[in-house]
Amino acid sequence: MRNERGGTSGLVSRAARIGEEVAAAVADDVDRRARFPVESLDAMRAEGLLSILVPASLGGKGAGILETAKVVAALGQHCASTAMICAMHQIQVACLVRHGHNDHLRAFKEDLVTRQPLLASATTEVGVGGDVRTSVCALERENGRFRLEKQAPVISYGEQADGVLATARRTTNSPPNDQALVLCTPPNLSLKRVSDWDTLGFRGTCSPGFVLEASGDEACVLDDPFDEIASHTMVPVAHVLWSAVWLGIASAAVERASAFVRAEARKKPGTTPPAALRLAEVSALHQQMVELVFGTARHYDEVSQDPETLEGMGFAIAVNGLKVSASTMVVEVVGRAMAVCGMAGYREDSPYSMGRLIRDAYGAALMVNNDRIIANNAQMLLVHKDA
Amino acid sequence: MDEEIRKVLAEHARLPVDVSEMSDRADLYQAGMTSHASVSVMLALEDAFDIEFPERMLRKSTFESIAAIRGALTELTSSGEKSG
Repeated sequence: MRNERGGTSGLVSRAARIGEEVAAAVADDVDRRARFPVESLDAMRAEGLLSILVPASLGGKGAGILETAKVVAALGQHCASTAMICAMHQIQVACLVRHGHNDHLRAFKEDLVTRQPLLASATTEVGVGGDVRTSVCALERENGRFRLEKQAPVISYGEQADGVLATARRTTNSPPNDQALVLCTPPNLSLKRVSDWDTLGFRGTCSPGFVLEASGDEACVLDDPFDEIASHTMVPVAHVLWSAVWLGIASAAVERASAFVRAEARKKPGTTPPAALRLAEVSALHQQMVELVFGTARHYDEVSQDPETLEGMGFAIAVNGLKVSASTMVVEVVGRAMAVCGMAGYREDSPYSMGRLIRDAYGAALMVNNDRIIANNAQMLLVHKDA
Repeated sequence: MDEEIRKVLAEHARLPVDVSEMSDRADLYQAGMTSHASVSVMLALEDAFDIEFPERMLRKSTFESIAAIRGALTELTSSGEKSG
């Protein structure tokens, strides 16, 4: 299964090589110990993969979201935690690239190319029930500077990040939905860890809760309001790149099932192994997932400069549909791939083991719960017209 | 028309401020109207004015102020783009 590479793009080949040579070697240890995949991140930095979305005019690669999704999927075939960290970082970079216009943020984008800092996200907050479009905390602004304290129930790889993009009410007088996005960086950033991260899957993302305290120049606040950042960039890019991670997991499962059936077939040439039929079925489902994820990524690249489309309900519904579908399909694909391998897939000590893949796959529907996303679509469909 | 719009907003926009004291041009989103509440406002306006907002109008800017809503409703009621 090499559909994800989809061509000979240099970036995707580099990511695939890092996946095979670095991420695959440490994936089980990362998972077992719930530790950060530092080797993979070092390799990504060495290849400049943390700045691929920065425009060429600022020294980056000017990659699109389709190419970035292929990079993420290539990593996801070998270590889902590595791929998810890459995806979440690229989402932050996309927000900065498209919505951070002032000189300070422009300089930071150039910094991304030279220093390859890793960016984390603090959007959810204690007390908002998972609704990232409302904030309790607020930017306290005075004399051209801001100060922020935020109770974050989850900041993925917070302890390993070189910066955090956080949402907050725009001012202390703003209502909960009038939000801004601010870049918080050391030395004016402190993260006090308040919980642990011991989960079924995605264990290497190291995502405990923190109390975030930050201050800095007001120029660290992204120029566009958060609702525009969310609808134009953060939500669509997140749903595409998360889905690319899940696609990587699904591809790994199908690859293992395929290797299992080939080995069976070699034992009895001339007879098609019974599991080959099940493999053909799961392969077709996987193909749907490939087209869904990369098709939506391609569509985003086509409309990414068209605010009318990005703000339309049809686009929001489609992007939400992607998240719900891909997160459901990954569980289905991995489960069916395990059935192909039988006990060899159920065992933890076999080359066809599906254990880690299944545990990672079940996280997909829970990170930003599908029920919340389906409820959002249900509401939009009350007024949305063309299907 | 304005009175009816303000009535719909008072009932459905879930604003932390008094709608009757807001200016025509005040930004409803900055006043605290969430995207969830804006869908309720759309539905209530469709019912109150017996119109259907076409897809092209289903965007944030159409509902960002009382003046913007009035503009959209005027266009719909005068062009005969009524629901059947």
